[in-house]
Amino acid sequence: MIIIMNRKVDGMTEPLQKSVVIFYSTSAAIKAESLAKKQSLTVKLIPVPRHLSSDCGICLSFNSNDIQRMEGILNYNKIEYDSTYNL
Amino acid sequence: MIYFDNAATSYPKPKEVLEAIIDFTNNIGGSPGRSGHRLSIEAARILYQCRENLAELFNTSDPLRIIFTLNATESINLVLKGLLHAGNHVITSSMEHNAVMRPLRELEKCGVQVQIVPCSCDGYLDPLDIEKAIKKNTALIILNHASNVTGTLLPIRSVGAIARKRNILFLVDGAQTAGTYPIDIEKDNIDLLAFTGHKSLFGPTGTGGLVIGEKVDINKIAPLKTGGTGSRSESENHPDFLPDLYESGTSNIVGIAGLKAGIRYILKRGITEIRQQERALTDKLISGLKEIPEVILYGKEGTGNRVAVVSFNTRNQSPSDIGLKLDEEYDIMCRVGLHCSPASHRTIGTFPAGTVRFSLSVFNTEQEIEKAVMAVKNITKIL
Repeated sequence: MIIIMNRKVDGMTEPLQKSVVIFYSTSAAIKAESLAKKQSLTVKLIPVPRHLSSDCGICLSFNSNDIQRMEGILNYNKIEYDSTYNL
Repeated sequence: MIYFDNAATSYPKPKEVLEAIIDFTNNIGGSPGRSGHRLSIEAARILYQCRENLAELFNTSDPLRIIFTLNATESINLVLKGLLHAGNHVITSSMEHNAVMRPLRELEKCGVQVQIVPCSCDGYLDPLDIEKAIKKNTALIILNHASNVTGTLLPIRSVGAIARKRNILFLVDGAQTAGTYPIDIEKDNIDLLAFTGHKSLFGPTGTGGLVIGEKVDINKIAPLKTGGTGSRSESENHPDFLPDLYESGTSNIVGIAGLKAGIRYILKRGITEIRQQERALTDKLISGLKEIPEVILYGKEGTGNRVAVVSFNTRNQSPSDIGLKLDEEYDIMCRVGLHCSPASHRTIGTFPAGTVRFSLSVFNTEQEIEKAVMAVKNITKIL
């Protein structure tokens, strides 16, 4: 499990859980990235972690807190995806 | 030098096109959709952004329903050969380019019924003639949006409405209009739009594509080729989703980087302004040529119903003689002959000698038009 530390303004730290969406094609991943950025989500395209898929493609990582917004974007825009995983 | 051969390929291109090609080659260089590193991802973004720009230009909602091909010819072949089977009926016009006619003649030998609806001698088509030609087994109507010989625009919106009403797929060959005349997939009732990148979209050669409307069932159009797509690598079966279904092998990403810059140039400048400017130049050209008694002009009167393509002949010299003199004595590049469209020349009565064709772009100037008209005047006076 990858935990990214996010430093808050008040000096406290809080773990920021990351999730990924795995797609069937790079084009769908790029489309999702473009749409998510337009909705101001913090996203990043990364290689699909080996333990999640044997495919050689990329997946879209995002803050786990945004899971509902991310799924909303994918469903609203009819972007087919394999599944989402918490990292 | 005056370049009047933009219907064959546009020249010059906006400087941004060359800059984008150089930038991609120098700074990105990755293979799109193949690897997880950032150069590959950046290349994939360029592909996607180009689809987004095309979607904006053609008013279609899903960029992934736009696929890249080598040119309009490949897109047309993909639809015709992937969709039509023995026993199907297909309707087209008598003003089509060989990019349509040759695949149709090939399919005819395999049992596809091809019906060619005649156009008038100025290249115009009556939509009612298309409606009358529809049969129970009509699977497709295919029309060019504008003729590469006369520049005449065909009434695609009306024909599209007829096709939609009768539940028949409608394919438009937009080789002469994409980038120079407004195309709206929704309003124009288009199911499939074949376009080329290297003409009015200002991309380099080897770029083109197909817009696949929401109503098209992709399971009914078999791909021309299958192979590596970067997706579902674990499977030896070809993917069934867009755009991968029709995009096998590494894309022409260098070309598409240039194409993207060309489309952005058009979006920034505005297609209405481009159209107005080209129309003004074409008006000037037509009125200049009309003043020359030896000149015979073809196509619809005026420019309201044509793109910036003007075909003409002279009463005293062959098109090839005129073309040679224009090139060698006046430094004017144009295309003479049949323009890969024998059907169009038969329709307008200029087969087999053909015509002289001047095809303009937004980069031509009024001075160039004046010089060209003067050149034609001088050439026809010599005899």
